[in-house]
Amino acid sequence: MTLDSANQLKKVWQRWQWILWMIVIAIIYIWAIGGIKFSGLQDSAGSVSKSILSGLVSPEWSYVYDGSGEDLISLIFQTLAIAFLGTFISAIISVPFAFWAARSIKERFFLRSGSGKVVLTLIRTFPEIVLAIMFIKAVGPGSYAGVLAVSIHSIGMLGKLFSEAIENMDRGAEEAINSVGGNAAQVFMLATLPIITPEFVSYTLYRFEIAVRSAAILGMVGAGGIGTPMIFAIQTRNWPRVGIILLGIIIMVLVIDTISEQMRKRLV
Amino acid sequence: MENSQKIPSRSFAQRWHIKPILGTVIMVILLVFSSQMADVNVGMFFANLSQFTDLLVRMSNPTWSYLSIIWQPLYETIQMAILGTTIGTIFAVPFSLLAASNLVHNGIIRNVIRIILDLVRTLPDLLLAAIFVAIFGIGSTAGVVTLAIFSFGMISKLFYEVIETIDMGPIEALESVGARKLTVIWYAVIPQILNQFISYFLYTLEINVRASTVLGYIGAGGIGVFLQRSLNEFNYGATAVIILATLIIVLVIDGISNHLRRILL
Repeated sequence: MTLDSANQLKKVWQRWQWILWMIVIAIIYIWAIGGIKFSGLQDSAGSVSKSILSGLVSPEWSYVYDGSGEDLISLIFQTLAIAFLGTFISAIISVPFAFWAARSIKERFFLRSGSGKVVLTLIRTFPEIVLAIMFIKAVGPGSYAGVLAVSIHSIGMLGKLFSEAIENMDRGAEEAINSVGGNAAQVFMLATLPIITPEFVSYTLYRFEIAVRSAAILGMVGAGGIGTPMIFAIQTRNWPRVGIILLGIIIMVLVIDTISEQMRKRLV
Repeated sequence: MENSQKIPSRSFAQRWHIKPILGTVIMVILLVFSSQMADVNVGMFFANLSQFTDLLVRMSNPTWSYLSIIWQPLYETIQMAILGTTIGTIFAVPFSLLAASNLVHNGIIRNVIRIILDLVRTLPDLLLAAIFVAIFGIGSTAGVVTLAIFSFGMISKLFYEVIETIDMGPIEALESVGARKLTVIWYAVIPQILNQFISYFLYTLEINVRASTVLGYIGAGGIGVFLQRSLNEFNYGATAVIILATLIIVLVIDGISNHLRRILL
């Protein structure tokens, strides 16, 4: 009897639970829409959008290269340099973090790996812009602060990806070296490292793609790269220059993404 | 017989390890050039390390009273993320259907759509926000629009990749009895992908909550406005409170979304 009625209850629940979900979703959306004060369009919105579009259509070509070192090409290369160095440093620092956070079968309560994962999450959530501002206080405004911000912030994601690669790797080679009497160093050098290096490199390339995007915006707070002239151009309403910088960023990101994707396809 | 016992001969490049050596040389050259271009000065970092640690010390004394001020903007941040992701998703659905190679057999339409989506995805979120602040003025509207465009680019790609993996059987069955395109999508495509769509929606929402916490830094609403204010006033105790509060919000949203996604899939 009780089993029967319990079953009946379950059936009713399954039949009608969507109504509950609908109500929850409706409440969330009413809350969300009510909270945003729609400022509406500014009076100048139309003319601003029009001048942005005309700036995009007729960009300031003379800004592309003028030999001063403050032109588009030099700053794009500076942005790439920030992303490249930052990712390189971060990849090296991430390796010990990854071994710290990787769960192993031998571990009993996951204290080591658990604490490592928490640290990586904390690093990942710390806003990159705040890191950049902190480094600007330490080393002054410029691309060096950008390099440091990228290299610390990327540890959060690279460490996580690396540790997952370690968790999922094939243990056969390690056991083989172990079984013929290899010591820990030999196991690491001859089995662990050769197996996971391609995956590490692949993830590092992927992270480099993301770092290029963040290096492009770190300049907005003064950490070097193309972001600095971008925010100046927007603030001074210099739309032809905004147009050419946007074009430059789009081409830079497309080229880097394509190269990196090709290299990653060959690796894995 | 003789042939199989021969040691395999190595080419010149293999014998002298040309590839790895070349790779290392290129890597070193790139590193030297980039560090010159980025004005890297290792000594300066360690010389000024005391300023950095001083900053950390001041941040480790959070002024908890600031918490009462930042509740409202924190809510606003989540509201911006929810609305932005939803608007982006609504626009992404038709685009992802048009970009899927198993539904649209016209290569030109598909590739044009995909190129548009690729272009949208190249633009970093803060850059979009800076432009929309110029159009919509300072406030959360600019943030919502930024997040909508940002999630549109991301969700359309995730969605059309899901659509391309579906089972074609039900579609062919409906097509063979003469169903219209919309009927096919409604009865054969959507039931197969709905759960994965919701899962990707939640995943994008997680990313947008993270992104929306810094959008305010350039005036696009949310907690970022207060982040910038506290940093400008050198009020690092308040900065620490904001970062901690953001951290908790992000972790809670991640937890809820991960739980829901595990139920769905």
